Amino acid sequence: MFIINCPFCGERDQSEFSAGGEAHIVRPKQPTELTDDEWADFLFMRKNIKGIQFERWNHSHGCRKWFNVIRDTSNDKIHAVYKMGEKPPSN
Amino acid sequence: MSENFRSTETKFLDKTNRISFKYNGKKYYGYKGDTLASALLSNGVHLIGRSFKYHRPRGIMTCGSEEPNAIVQIGGNGSFTEPNVRATEQEIYEGLEASSQNCWPSVEFDVGGINNFISPVIPAGFYYKTFMWPKKLWYSLYEPAIRLSAGLGKSPTQPDPELYDHKHLHCDVLVVGGGISGIIAASISADNGNNTVLIDDKNSLGGSTVYQNDENFKINDEISSSWLDKKIEELKNKHNLTIKNRTSVAAYHGYNYLLARENFADHKPLDERLNKLRQRLWKIRAKKVILATGAIERPLIFNNNDRPGVMLASSVKKYIDFFGVRCGDKNIIFTNNDTAYETAISLNKKGIEVTVIDIRKNSSSALVKTTQDAGIKIYWNHTIVNTSGYRRIKSIEIMEMSEDGTNVVGKKTSLICDNLSISGGWTPMVHLFTQSGGKLRFRDADQVFLPNTAMSDQISIGSCNGDFELDDIIKNTISECKNFLSASVIDYDLLKVSCPKQNESKIIWLLPNDKPLGKTKPFLDFQNDSTAKDIKLAMREGFKSIEHVKRYTTTGMGTDQGKLANMHALGIISETAGVKMGSLGTTTFRPPYTPLTFGTIVGRNVGTFFDITRKTPMHDWHKDHKAEFENVGQWKRAWYYPKKIESMHQAVQRESKAARESAGILDASTLGKIDIKGTDASEFLNRVYTNAWSKLGIGKCRYGLMLNEDGMVYDDGVTTRLSENHYLMTTTTGGAANVLSKLEDYLQTEWPELDVWLTSVTDHYATASVCGPNSKNILKKLFPNIEFNDENFPHMSFKNAELDGINCRIMRISFTGEHSYEINIESKYGKSLWEKCMDAGKKFNITPYGTETMHLLRAEKGFIIVGQDTDGTMTPSDLQMDWIVSKKKYDFIGKRSLYRSDTMREDRKQLVGLLTDNPSEILEEGAQIVQDEKKQPIEMLGHVTSSYFSPNLNKSIALAVVKNGKNLKGQKLLVPMKDKTINVTVSDFIFFDSKNERLNA
Ligand SMILES: [Zn+2]
Repeated sequence: MFIINCPFCGERDQSEFSAGGEAHIVRPKQPTELTDDEWADFLFMRKNIKGIQFERWNHSHGCRKWFNVIRDTSNDKIHAVYKMGEKPPSN
Repeated sequence: MSENFRSTETKFLDKTNRISFKYNGKKYYGYKGDTLASALLSNGVHLIGRSFKYHRPRGIMTCGSEEPNAIVQIGGNGSFTEPNVRATEQEIYEGLEASSQNCWPSVEFDVGGINNFISPVIPAGFYYKTFMWPKKLWYSLYEPAIRLSAGLGKSPTQPDPELYDHKHLHCDVLVVGGGISGIIAASISADNGNNTVLIDDKNSLGGSTVYQNDENFKINDEISSSWLDKKIEELKNKHNLTIKNRTSVAAYHGYNYLLARENFADHKPLDERLNKLRQRLWKIRAKKVILATGAIERPLIFNNNDRPGVMLASSVKKYIDFFGVRCGDKNIIFTNNDTAYETAISLNKKGIEVTVIDIRKNSSSALVKTTQDAGIKIYWNHTIVNTSGYRRIKSIEIMEMSEDGTNVVGKKTSLICDNLSISGGWTPMVHLFTQSGGKLRFRDADQVFLPNTAMSDQISIGSCNGDFELDDIIKNTISECKNFLSASVIDYDLLKVSCPKQNESKIIWLLPNDKPLGKTKPFLDFQNDSTAKDIKLAMREGFKSIEHVKRYTTTGMGTDQGKLANMHALGIISETAGVKMGSLGTTTFRPPYTPLTFGTIVGRNVGTFFDITRKTPMHDWHKDHKAEFENVGQWKRAWYYPKKIESMHQAVQRESKAARESAGILDASTLGKIDIKGTDASEFLNRVYTNAWSKLGIGKCRYGLMLNEDGMVYDDGVTTRLSENHYLMTTTTGGAANVLSKLEDYLQTEWPELDVWLTSVTDHYATASVCGPNSKNILKKLFPNIEFNDENFPHMSFKNAELDGINCRIMRISFTGEHSYEINIESKYGKSLWEKCMDAGKKFNITPYGTETMHLLRAEKGFIIVGQDTDGTMTPSDLQMDWIVSKKKYDFIGKRSLYRSDTMREDRKQLVGLLTDNPSEILEEGAQIVQDEKKQPIEMLGHVTSSYFSPNLNKSIALAVVKNGKNLKGQKLLVPMKDKTINVTVSDFIFFDSKNERLNA
């Protein structure tokens, strides 16, 4: 069980959070103009990386805020956390 | 009369405290401080159980958690009974009852022993190969038979009466293992100001050094055991050090999160345990972790190496030096390394006969010299090729090894013995290190896996890190701890350590024999009865990966998780395959390190504490009026209110009729309620519901359907516009929390520009729903100041009101199809509101109804219940609810998905009504629907989702989802059941008042 540094509350046990899948998948602004394939790509296709992955997490048993996490899925090392709407920190 | 094998006094036993216990019904004595194993050995009892597959007699082999054989049932048949307890860890107490497992009718005469003689026909994978076919025999014959003869102990049949709990613990430094390296580490850590915890699984600290009385091992010119005794005393006075004995670390997860089980009671008599905590699971978060988990001795793999009396050499030493128990009178030590000579010296000092067989050609160790000086016979370059003795080892046969060690030569020599101590070297306990994500390296010299790179802030010290000599252990422990803890205060800098240097061991994973492998039984995994032969057979059959070989042969899959067996399995695989051992990797070390009881895992979360129970403010009223309750999520909802001898069916029929004929009242407090405020609230609702919300007038209510982004129905409910920028949304009871989370997700991540604020208010309000033709008359009595005519208070509208000075919200909405009102009031007035409604409704025979009647009434109207009539694969169109999907709105959650080729398919499963040809026949919910019973394979068209007998229509009705159902109205279909087939006809799914006349009646 890892520790996540919530950008709003600070370090808390993983059990306070829930995972929300891959980050930076923006809901299309004009869905009607997308082909079935393009929409399906947004809807279903997610990366499942062994290594550095960009993820959404929610402090569901805390401040209930969503934010982004850069995590190495092979060892759960968290490289960065940053708020929704912010760009991932370089390096 | 059993002989007394207690040879010597030791300070570790309290001879003034004699304890009686029972083993297999017979009474024995031991002393306070004994384990069940040491007490049994002191009474000359070696035979403990029967092996898993061949039912071979097996005895105590070790003195610790790695024990594969001596697992016993503790306690009689009562609720305190516990299977699979290691006799080597169980401390004895007055009145302890233990018995053998896996033998019938008794350990001395075991019917399954026949398996031993037919073992040539029970090779690796036997169970997989033999019992696969024919399948029906599995249930009737094979499984019961295997379970009967291969059972590892009996489960208790009653609830566990003991208490368990969980507790969090935070510390600067956690030291796991209380041997000499752990003690030095804990001491350095505490001395340097760290809040330190030291955990050890035994009842006292010191590991194997506390009974190391050999003059060859000295620290500062003192015998190592007396030096350590003083250090242990010093530890007890350190204020920032907590010592936890009888505590075993079960798991080491990432970020230095460890789970440890502390045992408070298993060593105490039952009468001292009642209502006291038995075990506690510590959830430890440590800034730094020091692993000092030690090493366990390896067995040697040779023919018939599993007889009672065959034990690990280091364990035999502990039994004599710690417990004062001799494991035999004629001991033979069989070794490939120097450490076993410590056992020889210890036994010899106590005057016990001992002989050594060493597969090496020589050794210059001081230990060997001491052994030789004592006049102990050593057979160099010899190996054991066979043993005999059924219930206890009686003799062995040895032969000389060939020059290259791959074969045996010359003549056999037979030696008499009653104990055989074996030592194949040492395996560092890297379990916890690898559980935490650490990667191992392989050291060729002594063929051990050692910690290499760690994933968290931790170090491994002592023999778990590959240091096996006392001077190395102490020197490296001090320097490693200094670095790791940036320690400046060190008491140990000038320690003088002397110990014998060890010569190289000679590692042969499978010892040579004069007979072919097929004619021998060299056991690897003693608990699961897998032999070297099985490993080789698996490889011949094509298994290459260690993980596959393990599962096929079940090596390492017993309750001991192969602590003794795994290295040899790897060794034999690499030898057979001709690859380097380090390159094979290991099997995965999974938690827990030793088994945990279920009680410890669940802690206090049992019985009523298992889950939260949510009750509405009216709950006590329902209870007082004999309601039956059903669980809806965590809620207890009134299900129906049986009168006297009414059955559920009778109660529901009565309630349903009353609600339509005069008046009914339902506790609807559990519906999810979300308060929505903000200047963009209307726009927000437009985006989350399928229908349009911008034009909803203030004071009006509207039903909304919410989809997932994939177009499937997710939730539904009525939302009321309370004022310009203020709405109250209701959700299904079960969906409330998820809907709130979903809405928050969209607000925070997709539409942060919207000015919308969400608050969950489910528990803030109690809701009474009054329906039926007389509902209006009841409301009139309660709220005399409100005009209840259709003009002032039409269907789908809301009014603020006061009930005896308390604010209420009244919504005129209906889930039953009747003229109906929902009254919301602050929760604390919920029961009073309910009672007032009952009072006002008395003369109209107001009838409280539960969830079952609510389900029935809405089914008559064809209203869906999300989660019952839908299952996450239904679109609005599948539910024939196209009317609620706005064509004008540019976008809403899930809209685009409604135009995917798959969601537009005509032959999707669609909601229909079903009428049974025999109107009194009620379908079973979940029943499958087919058209042609003869066709093979039979085509499943759909299933029944809701089914009731309608008292208002006097016939059975059902909702169902059926392939292409929209176009099947009038079609005859079949519902095949176990004993009959029911004929049904597809109908419209609105069965009652399809023109909605009653809403305004
Ligand atoms: Zn937070």
